[in-house]
Amino acid sequence: MGRFVLRRLLQSVVVLLGVTLVVFLLLQLVPGDPVRVALGTRFDQQTYDALRERSGLDRPLVVQYLSYVGHALTGDLGVSFRSGQPVTTIVLERLPATLSLAVTAVLLALLVAFPLGVLSAVRSGSFVDHAARVFSQFGVSVPDFWTGIMGILLFAGVLGWLPPSGYVALTDDPAGWASHVALPATAVGLVTASILTRFIRSSVLEVLAEDYVRTAEAKGLRRRVVVVRHVLRNALIPVVTVVGVQLASLVGGVQLASLVGGVIVIEVLFAWPGIGRLTYDAVQARDYPVLQGAVLFVATLFLLTNLLVDVLYARLDPRIRLR
Amino acid sequence: MNAPVVPSPRAAGDAPVLAIDDLTVTLGTRNGPARAVAGVDWSVAPGRTLALVGESGSGKSMTVLAATGLAPRSATVTGRVRLLGRELTTMSEPERRRWRGRHVGFVFQDPMTTLNPVLTVGRQVTEACEEHLGMSRRQARARAVELLDLVGIPAPDRRVDAHPHQFSGGMRQRVVIAMALACEPELLIADEPTTALDVTTQAQIVELVADLRRRLGTAVVWITHDLGVVAGIADTVAVMYGGRIVEQGPVDAVFGAPGHPYTRALLAARPRPGAAGEELAAIPGAPPSPLALPDGCAFWPRCPVRGDARCAHELPPLTPITPGHRVRTFYPLPDGPSTGDGPSTGDGPSTGDGPSIGGGPSIGGGPATGDGRRVSGDREQLHREDR
Repeated sequence: MGRFVLRRLLQSVVVLLGVTLVVFLLLQLVPGDPVRVALGTRFDQQTYDALRERSGLDRPLVVQYLSYVGHALTGDLGVSFRSGQPVTTIVLERLPATLSLAVTAVLLALLVAFPLGVLSAVRSGSFVDHAARVFSQFGVSVPDFWTGIMGILLFAGVLGWLPPSGYVALTDDPAGWASHVALPATAVGLVTASILTRFIRSSVLEVLAEDYVRTAEAKGLRRRVVVVRHVLRNALIPVVTVVGVQLASLVGGVQLASLVGGVIVIEVLFAWPGIGRLTYDAVQARDYPVLQGAVLFVATLFLLTNLLVDVLYARLDPRIRLR
Repeated sequence: MNAPVVPSPRAAGDAPVLAIDDLTVTLGTRNGPARAVAGVDWSVAPGRTLALVGESGSGKSMTVLAATGLAPRSATVTGRVRLLGRELTTMSEPERRRWRGRHVGFVFQDPMTTLNPVLTVGRQVTEACEEHLGMSRRQARARAVELLDLVGIPAPDRRVDAHPHQFSGGMRQRVVIAMALACEPELLIADEPTTALDVTTQAQIVELVADLRRRLGTAVVWITHDLGVVAGIADTVAVMYGGRIVEQGPVDAVFGAPGHPYTRALLAARPRPGAAGEELAAIPGAPPSPLALPDGCAFWPRCPVRGDARCAHELPPLTPITPGHRVRTFYPLPDGPSTGDGPSTGDGPSTGDGPSIGGGPSIGGGPATGDGRRVSGDREQLHREDR
């Protein structure tokens, strides 16, 4: 297991190197000159050249890239064009907001999707099943920003129970954090819950039709024992992957259901100072170093989540041995 | 493959372990109701083996599943089923579940899929003992070691904690048999337990079950399409076709003097070791769909005797031709030569003429016994002709 994790981490480094290359090259294709954006509308050629030289933007691309990677290895992702702060600091500051939102959303989603999906499969064709299917169809059809806006209108506007937007750190004020995270997490979690409900339902249905479930029933085990001991563990194996992908994509700001949008839109909508919001602002300001840094962080989190999923997989399924 | 004929430890005539009477199973399907089993009755006495024989879809598996309350939810089951004198059909579902788990052991067809991949074999073998006999987890594990030893698994004290994927197919089937015997059931239901195994392993499993039956006195219902196995281990046999029993009786009587044209065709379609090089006999046509069963005899469209309009429109009753030997046909052939040995001769229904046309499945389940190569050779030839 230890060797497996180590090897996977080494593989991740290679992937991350690829990510930096792709991001670096993509940014070269984006129209607009970051130096001009940084200087505003009134500047002379001398100031322009000076900043260009200081940022290293006058050097050949290969040199720029190698120097970027070299610094990145020591944790130095450069400084923001806009604020002059180190990128690493900026991104790390934003990380707790994004992580706490993504994890809360996925937990909320699981809290709904797990019982609903299992019940809907075990009592397939029943009222619960139909209700669950309507719910998940609704959930994947409605964009999360719309649910977010409706949530703000109802719970912040009409009822006044929750703040409409903003962020309080969990470590500073847990209650304040909870009241602020409730609406965005629900908006995002609803989509995730719908995806997971469908997935869990079909996974459980599939396992219910397995021969070994009939074997368990033939033994005269109670229905609950059959479901919990024989069905759930097998059904959960594929679900772990989907939960992992959901979590990773929430962190990454790319949602499976709606490739555009996802957490970036939600973070902007709720003025949630996470990485999604950071990415959005960095794109607007053509703040290349920050954009690169944010993408690199997201990619790292994605890879770590995948690693975690693989380790969990092996724990659930004895047929998989990690080597 | 000839398992030794096993003398039964107890006298016949004991109260039956399982008695099924007028069992009918109708499955609700997308295309309407399908009558999978119709008016089936048989019983099995302690220590005896009943073989249920028939093609795929003839209703043999559905009969035992429905009798023990394991039929799919879409099934409507009528009739009477008495297990150790208790009527199962009127029991509440939890009661039937307990009664089944405690008194019936099941061995299903494919040991690759009947075991749960994520649980250790030890846990699976005796989890029913925790449920029905009130064993603790530790007692159950110790019992599992005993059972694995009983079915011939080497180093059972180590293997008990292994997972199913760490066993070969034959060893897995042994595990399944250990599991079926865990609560010392009075009845063992083996649903084609050797079909998914290779020929050498098949013989071992047949031997094992026969041996365990002798030692434990368990009654066995053996579902199969392998007539070689039936001859070796069964006391009585019930041949099913289109959801009904078409012939039933002691193995010697049914095999020695088959009364139903279908039984005769089945016996003729059996590959014989001495007959390598001969074309395998097959029954032309395909079994009827349970969605559209004929009014009369279900075998009529494929029957080599083909009687008259009566066969097509009137269901022949199951009539005794000798004591204990019943046949569902208007044209019993009690004294015909056994088609089991040598190619069929003049007067009997010659089912060996020409290759099987229309692609009806070869009865006897393909290469289940004997000369498998010959069977596949025939198939290839048929494919060539298709092109």
